[in-house]
Amino acid sequence: MIADLIEAIAKILFVFGVNMGFFAPILGWVERKQSAVMQDRVGANRADIFGFTLIGLLHPLSDTIKLITKEDFIPAGANKLFHTLAPFISLTPAMITFAVVPFGGQYEIFGRRINLVVADLDVGILFVFAFASLATYGTVLAGWSSNNNWSFLGGLRAAAQMLSYEVAMGLSIIGIIMVYGSLKLTEIGAMQTDFFKWGIFLQPIGFILFLTCAIAENKRAPFDIPEAETEIVAGYFTEYSSMKFIMFWMGEFLEMVTISGIIVTLFLGAWHLPFISDERLLSLFGFAGPNGSIIMLMMANIATFFGKIIFMIWFQMTIRWTLPRFRYDQIMKLGWKIMLPISLINIFITGLVVLLK
Amino acid sequence: MGITEDRGQRTEEEGLEQVLGNSVLLTKLDEIIGWGRKYSFFLYPFITACCGMEFMSLAGPRYDLDRFGSALPRFSPRQADLLMVVGTISHKQAPILVKVYNQMTEPKWVFSFGVCATSGGFYDNYATVQGIDTLIPVDVYVPGCPPRPEMVIDGLLRLQQKVAKERWSDWPRGEAPVTKKI
Repeated sequence: MIADLIEAIAKILFVFGVNMGFFAPILGWVERKQSAVMQDRVGANRADIFGFTLIGLLHPLSDTIKLITKEDFIPAGANKLFHTLAPFISLTPAMITFAVVPFGGQYEIFGRRINLVVADLDVGILFVFAFASLATYGTVLAGWSSNNNWSFLGGLRAAAQMLSYEVAMGLSIIGIIMVYGSLKLTEIGAMQTDFFKWGIFLQPIGFILFLTCAIAENKRAPFDIPEAETEIVAGYFTEYSSMKFIMFWMGEFLEMVTISGIIVTLFLGAWHLPFISDERLLSLFGFAGPNGSIIMLMMANIATFFGKIIFMIWFQMTIRWTLPRFRYDQIMKLGWKIMLPISLINIFITGLVVLLK
Repeated sequence: MGITEDRGQRTEEEGLEQVLGNSVLLTKLDEIIGWGRKYSFFLYPFITACCGMEFMSLAGPRYDLDRFGSALPRFSPRQADLLMVVGTISHKQAPILVKVYNQMTEPKWVFSFGVCATSGGFYDNYATVQGIDTLIPVDVYVPGCPPRPEMVIDGLLRLQQKVAKERWSDWPRGEAPVTKKI
């Protein structure tokens, strides 16, 4: 009982620590540096402690200090409760969704079975979609409660965009569910041992659809019309300052990590290395004894999983700094007239193949 | 080019500083906060005229303002720290500038970019504001028509030095002095 509790707390702390302690601050720096490299610039590199600049890694720290000590502003006529609540509502779902994403398989260490997922739900994918929809509320509330026309427009745009793409996103994943026959993310991950059985090879169209819809859900460029600077100042967070404003960005970054986690679990072979099976790794680590080798295997799997996540984050950042913003009507057309029919056809063909096999 | 040092300094000390004075605790805290602020200016580009071209080249690859941590433009004044007034301010434009300044959240700094913003420049006529410091407090003046990017970077570094020396009691500075008259 106590051991179960310790295990659960350790896993929660690990996931929370990796997300809030590593990804949230580092991604701000990564975005800056990657945009600098892609635009042939040097990028932030002057903030120093005792002369050490650490290639600009201290800039997130200085940004944080500045934002914490900046004036916290609530506009006149705003709904104070909802104005304060909105950033929290948009940050929390991004972190909670990671609870059902497995970051490793199941291991037997010292006679104890360890399942590397915080909450091994039978309906993991449904949980993901439930909380992805909740994130919409944060945005809409922020836009509505600010008592500002630009914020309101941004909130409405966000609501329309996120709801439209949720439909196509839900349908794009049904092919994967049919192929693997499970809603449980740990089972789907465990089935992708063979390189050619990864979701990306069985469902290539589903992968592209899901990635596009996920970026649209995350409201990042080229789908950033809810905060389009050229049209509506800063969109739904126009009236937010200091830490509340940066919480929307943290939510965006963490959502990006979570999306990468789900994509890796469903399409990119979860914690498995290509062409190197777990048994092979286990025999490779055989020198460390039975328990030591399993612990090393666990570490290797976790490292593989997060390596793939980092690759997916790099990929999304590259898309973000490459493509210009879509127009509003183009986004709606893409969502309803292109993505939705393609995902329906994808379901039909997948069903046919599964039936005839 | 010049920098105003004494604006907004209060004579009597308030709050914690009254109790603790210039003790190590507060001066170290001020130093850390100043360090954070000086490397993290979020710009509000208030660009009205041809100096904007020079501003673009500053943000671009050759001069790259991001090196100093001040690349991120925020078009909402609530999120901006540094008001870059780039170009000529006409009397029609003046109330907008004052409004934007008042909407910015504290702490905020103002950068006068180019000779027109600094003193009206050669637009010595009834239509142009003769220097934005008749409207809002200014921290750094960088004249020039337009100023060379090196001058602007020098001005930014001077502003960083000034921000690093600021005390907690220098804030808030409140709204612009001319707000009531407009």
